[in-house]
Amino acid sequence: MFYREAGQYKTSYEADQATFPVLQDRIGMIVILAVAFVVVPLTMSSFVINSVLIPFLIFSLAAIGLNLLLGYAGQLSLGTGAFMGVGAYACYKLTTIFPDANIILLIIVSGFASAAIGTVFGLPSLRIKGFYLMVGTLAAQFFLSWCFIRIPWLYNNNVSGAIEVPTRAVFGIPVSGPNATPVTRYLIVLTIVVVMTWIASNLVRGRIGRMWMAVRDMDIAAELIGIRLPRTKLLAFAVSSFYCGVAGAMMVFLWLGAAEPDAFNINRSFLILFMIIIGGLGSLIGSFIGAAFIWGLPIMLKSVPETFGISIGSATLEHLQFMVVGALIIFFLIVEPHGLARLWQIAKQKLRVWPFPY
Amino acid sequence: MRIKMFGAACAMALVGSAFAIPAQAQDSIFIPLLSYRTGPFAGSGIPIANGMNDYLSMLNERDGGIGGVKIAIEECETGYDTNKGLECYEKLKAKKPVVINPYSTGITLGLIPKAAVDKIPILSMAYGLSASADGNNFPWIFNPPATYWDGLSMILKYIGEKEGGIDKLKGKTIGYIFFEGGYGREPIPLLENLAKDFGFEIKLYPVTAQEMQNQSAQWLNVRRDRPAWMIMWGWGAMNPTAVKEAAKINFPMDKFVGVWWSGGEDDARPAGADAKGYLTLNMNGVGAQYPAIQDIMKHVVDKGKSQTAKDKVGENLYNRGVMNSVLMAEAVLNAQKITGRKAVTGEDVRRGFETLEISAARWKEIGLGDFAGPLKVTCANHNGHHAAYMQQWDGTKWVKASDWITPMTDKVQPLLTAASTEYVTKATGWPKRTEACDKAS
Repeated sequence: MFYREAGQYKTSYEADQATFPVLQDRIGMIVILAVAFVVVPLTMSSFVINSVLIPFLIFSLAAIGLNLLLGYAGQLSLGTGAFMGVGAYACYKLTTIFPDANIILLIIVSGFASAAIGTVFGLPSLRIKGFYLMVGTLAAQFFLSWCFIRIPWLYNNNVSGAIEVPTRAVFGIPVSGPNATPVTRYLIVLTIVVVMTWIASNLVRGRIGRMWMAVRDMDIAAELIGIRLPRTKLLAFAVSSFYCGVAGAMMVFLWLGAAEPDAFNINRSFLILFMIIIGGLGSLIGSFIGAAFIWGLPIMLKSVPETFGISIGSATLEHLQFMVVGALIIFFLIVEPHGLARLWQIAKQKLRVWPFPY
Repeated sequence: MRIKMFGAACAMALVGSAFAIPAQAQDSIFIPLLSYRTGPFAGSGIPIANGMNDYLSMLNERDGGIGGVKIAIEECETGYDTNKGLECYEKLKAKKPVVINPYSTGITLGLIPKAAVDKIPILSMAYGLSASADGNNFPWIFNPPATYWDGLSMILKYIGEKEGGIDKLKGKTIGYIFFEGGYGREPIPLLENLAKDFGFEIKLYPVTAQEMQNQSAQWLNVRRDRPAWMIMWGWGAMNPTAVKEAAKINFPMDKFVGVWWSGGEDDARPAGADAKGYLTLNMNGVGAQYPAIQDIMKHVVDKGKSQTAKDKVGENLYNRGVMNSVLMAEAVLNAQKITGRKAVTGEDVRRGFETLEISAARWKEIGLGDFAGPLKVTCANHNGHHAAYMQQWDGTKWVKASDWITPMTDKVQPLLTAASTEYVTKATGWPKRTEACDKAS
C-alpha cells in the first residue's frame, strides 16, 4: 500500500537509471542518513558509538571490498585481513613521514598502497580459479602477516612490535589518538563509508561492474564477447584491496588507536568472509547487514541479560553468546541460503503487494 | 515464512535492548576485572581472575569493603583479545571505575594513551609496557613490582650464578622462546644488549598465537641448536605445551627458566614428573596457609560465593590474582587517607598508587606475612624494580629454589629511560605531567 512505485513515471533516462529510482527508497535513504548523521551523534552513548557503530561501519566497508572481489568478480580471496593490514601500516608510515599532512587524506591514500599490493597478489588469478586461487591468496595472508611481524621498519622499531596511533588534528580538531572524541571519529568514518559505498554502487552497475559479473558467471564467455580477462580480474583485486586498505587504516586510526600484527591475521579474513556469506554475495546492502550480524549481534546479545537484570558470569555469557550466534547463523543459512540481503529483497517484494498478496 | 518473520522480530528486539546501560550507584567503589575464562589463554586466566575476584569479595564479606565502602566488582570477558578488551573498557568506563586491570599486554598498550584522558589509572602488575615505569611520563600507569626487563635480568643473574659467575656465560648459547606479540617481544632489546655485554649468543624461537599448542617445530630447532639454557616468555596454552615439548626432547629441565607468567601449576602439571626441575620466577608466595587466604576460604569459597574449586585456592596464579587485588585495595585505602573521602574516584586512586608502600609489617597486617617482598611506588618510579625469587617444580608442586634476586638496575634503567623518552617523542602531543606529587601518607 505504502511501498509501491505505481504512478511514478520516469520521463528521462537519468531518472530511470538513478541509484534509487523508487521514491520510497529515496525517502528511506534520506531518513537513514539523517539518523546516522544527526540523531546518532546526539543521542548515543560513547560505548555504543565506539564499540558498536564505528567497528560496524569499518567492517561493512571491508565487507564491501571483499564483496566486490568475491560477490561481483567471482574471485575467491582469503587475504582480506592482510590487505586491511597493508592499509593500516601504510597509513602509519605515511603519518610518520608526513606528520603534518591531513590524516583523513592519508587514510584514503593508504588505500592505494593496499591496492598495489592487492594487484600483485591478484596475479595468480590470471592462471588459476576457485579454491586454488583461494589458496594463492592465503599465501598473501601469511606472507603479509609475516611482514608485519618481521620488518621492524613497518612499526618504527617499536619495542612492543605494535603500532600506536599518534594524535593528529584536522583544522584543530583531534581526529585520531586518545583526545579525539568518539563522535568526531564516528562522523569521519561514516562520511568515508557513505561516499565509498556510493562509489561502489555506481561501479557495480556500470561498465566495470558488468564486466566483473560477466567474468564471475563464465569467464570463457566473457572473453569471447571481448572482455579482457587479465585487466578485469586485476582491476577487481585492486579496487577490492583499496576498500579493504581504507577500512584497515580506519580500523587502527579511527577505532582501536593501537594495533598488534595479530589484528590482521587469518581470523580477520574469515570474519569478513563470513560477513558477506551471511549478508549476501554480490550485494552492497548485504555487506552492511552481514557486518551488523557478525559484529553487532554478539555485543548486543551480551547486554541482554543485563538489561533484564539477570546476572550471569562473564564466561558463561561468552559461551552463551557463541552458542546463540552459531545457532542463528545456521538458522539464517537454512531459511535463506542466499544471505540476509535476499531476505530483505523478499520482504520488499511482499511489502509491494501488501495488503493484497497474490 | 512465519519462522522468518519470527527471526526478524527477534533481531529487532535485540537491537533495542543493547543501548541501555544501567547507572551505577555512587556509594560504592567500582573495580572492574578484565578477565578471560574462555579461549586459549583461559588456563592462565581463570586462576588469576578467581584470585582477584575472591580477595575483593572477601574484603566485602569480612570488612564490608574498603574503609567501610562496598566494592562493586564486575568481570568482563576479554578472551585475551585486544578488540574485546577495548570493548570491555568502553563499556565499563561509563560506570566510573577507579582502576583498570587489563591483564593483557596488548590491551594495556591500547589503553595507555586513554588513561590520562579518561582519568582512570591502569594497574598492569608486572606486565604491560616496561617503559611505563617512568612516572614522569606515564602518571596514570602503574606496573609494580617489577618490569619484564627486570625479570629477564634476574633470570640471567640466576643463570650466571649457576654457571659459576656471570662472566662464564661467554660463548654459551641461550635460547629464548616467546609468545609472538607485545608481551614476548618486549624483553628482546635487553636480551640483545646483555648478550653483547656478557658475550653469549642468543637464539630466538617465536611462537605465534595459532601455533601455541603445536610447538614441535620450535623445539626441533632447539634440539638442533643445543642452547645451554632456555628462557621462556609464555602465557596460556603456550606454557604447558612448551614444558611438555622440552621434556620430550630431553632438554634438561633445571636449565629451562620461565618468567613469572609461565609458572602456573597447570603449566607444569600436564608434563607431570617429566617437568621436574623446571624453573620460573615468582613474586608471591604459593599455598593457602596465609591468614588472608584462609579468610577467603572461610568467607567466600566455603560459602559458595566463588567460582574457585577448593583445592585450587592457594595455587600460584591464584595467589598472583590475590596479590593484584591487594595492591588495588591498598591504593584505594591510601586514596581514602589522602583525600579524606570514602567513595574515591579514579583520580584519587592514582594518588593512592603513587604513595603506595607495603612494608613487610604491612603485609603481615593484611594477613599475608612473607607472601611478597616489601613494595614501594613513588611519583617518579611507578614500578619499584623489586626482587623476585626462583621457584622449581618438584613433580607435584612449586618449591622455592632461590633467595630473592634483585634486578640489574644498571642495565635496565638506561634502556627504560630511553624507551620512555622514545615513546613520548613518537606519540606527538603526549601530555606533559601536570599531576601534582603527593607526600607519602
